[in-house]
Amino acid sequence: MSLTLQNVSRVVDGETWISDVDLTLEPGSFNVLLGRTLSGKTTLMRLMAGLDRPTKGKVLMNGVDVTGVSVRERNISMVYQQFINYPNLTVYENIASPLRLAKLDKDTLDRRVRETAEMLGIESMLDRLPLELSGGQQQRTAMARALVKDAQVVLFDEPLVNLDYKLREGLRDELRNLFKARNCIAVYATTEPNEALALGGNTAVLHEGRLLQMGPTAQVYHKPRDIITAEMFSEPPINVVPGEVTENEVTFDQDVHFQLNNDLKMLQPGHYQFGVRASHIGLVPHSDDDLELPVKVDLAELSGSETFLHVRNPHFELVLHLSGVHEYEVDQEIKIYFPTHKLYAFDTQGSLVHSPARLVEA
Amino acid sequence: MKSRIGLTIYLVLLILPIYWLVNMSFKTNQEILGALSFFPNNFTLDNYQRILTDPSWYSGYINSMTYVAMNMTISLLVALPAAYAFSRYKFVGDKHLFFWLLTNKMAPPAVFALPFFQLYSSIGLFDTHIAVALAHCLFNVALAVWILEGFMSGVPIEIDETAYIDGYKFWNFFLKIYIPLIRSGIGVTAFFLFMFSWIELLLARTLTATESQPIQAIMTRTAGASGIDWGLLSAAGVLTILPGIFVIYFVRNHVAKGFALGRT
Repeated sequence: MSLTLQNVSRVVDGETWISDVDLTLEPGSFNVLLGRTLSGKTTLMRLMAGLDRPTKGKVLMNGVDVTGVSVRERNISMVYQQFINYPNLTVYENIASPLRLAKLDKDTLDRRVRETAEMLGIESMLDRLPLELSGGQQQRTAMARALVKDAQVVLFDEPLVNLDYKLREGLRDELRNLFKARNCIAVYATTEPNEALALGGNTAVLHEGRLLQMGPTAQVYHKPRDIITAEMFSEPPINVVPGEVTENEVTFDQDVHFQLNNDLKMLQPGHYQFGVRASHIGLVPHSDDDLELPVKVDLAELSGSETFLHVRNPHFELVLHLSGVHEYEVDQEIKIYFPTHKLYAFDTQGSLVHSPARLVEA
Repeated sequence: MKSRIGLTIYLVLLILPIYWLVNMSFKTNQEILGALSFFPNNFTLDNYQRILTDPSWYSGYINSMTYVAMNMTISLLVALPAAYAFSRYKFVGDKHLFFWLLTNKMAPPAVFALPFFQLYSSIGLFDTHIAVALAHCLFNVALAVWILEGFMSGVPIEIDETAYIDGYKFWNFFLKIYIPLIRSGIGVTAFFLFMFSWIELLLARTLTATESQPIQAIMTRTAGASGIDWGLLSAAGVLTILPGIFVIYFVRNHVAKGFALGRT
């Protein structure tokens, strides 16, 4: 069972929400839709589900055109960002609902409901009403209902966003395991690059209704096709610094230049945009060819036990992703170390020209 | 403390006319017309007894309740699907139509009394319960749509979609899942329908003669030949406000939301 979208577009009130998306999802695959808010993740999922019809293009299930087929006749299930359950039915009846409508016999139904509930750790709450449960348990109920029927496509629309951090991590790992044994197409929408990396599988990067890149998650991460994809798939976004390559040197501005190393030798002279991941810039040198840069601190932003350090020099601004809590004064002058062998190079149009060679990371 | 005094005065002012009504209903006419008395000196149940035994009186209550019940049923049956459509679908002119519904409540019933009277007479509906029930739909359906739409919009549309994904047919979903979700909204709507239909006098009186005359019409009729029977009228008045009190008891927790037309 494969799901294919062919040149699918959706226009609502003259605004293009999805523009010319072509993509095929294979059976048994776990697919992450990565994109910011309003990038079209939900719209794309609704098109896959059949809740909305594409303005243009076709949706194929296993080669059969199902574009106009109503959601009732498609074998899909969906979990929303909000915790959506039938408030007037018990957890048991909530999970049983798709099976009851499929007219399963009583014993099979009971067995399947209990199995699924156990899988998601809510077997002790079957007699309660959804609103008597915690948020995590409510979402588990919704997931159980989505998983209890053998749907061909299971869609998760940012299902963990409304949960607290700890719960989110736990549920995410479970979710990944739940799908290992299944032969359905799982689609998972998220705004967080880290979540996409943690889930693995394939990632499709969406931006303003367009599909930027689709492929195995690690590959998309390490070889983003262009600057926007690289920006979407990193948190904080990858730093981009314009620079010029001459015979044997890279120049960022009058003051900052360094020798072309082995890695960058193949670059033709000309203008480029260089990308460097926020986590690759350090406060101490990591290797000999690190470039020392004096900068001024703009802002030290704490995120959990990590620090996003915003710095600038007269010509460009950078963000550093440091582990641990660091405190800096505004305008404090510090030195940072710029890894010249971990640079991405994009041409002036933004397409990837060079990505750093990947050593086996120690 | 100060606010409590203020509230007490307010409450007394509110309760006073009702108290006076109840007070009068237990008095004889002589006492009512005599000296001022705060409690009945000769406590009597005669007034109530007459109303509950005389068919020309109690039939008024039965008539009123009949057409009010009919009206509530019709209004809810029409308004539930209509409100659902307004709440869930976009269609050409939906906003205008929705507002137009409310404007139905802006015209005084007197405007409609004449056309209704002529229309119902010519098709033989005059002096029937259904005539009044249908006439009251004019403003009650609009009101019900407005209140229900508010309550319905409070239910996330994802619940509808989840039901379709699970495989529910529309009516199956609507009756089994959706209606129970807006139970309190339906209760509040029913209360408002009751209230407006129960107190409406003009259309109810115009469209009935002898067979289905509402209680309010009978009450006004009593101010007739031999002067006014104060005690009897007071007893009728008390009996008329009792159903309202009874109905409001069931929706007391949700009524405020109803006044906001279901919008919190």
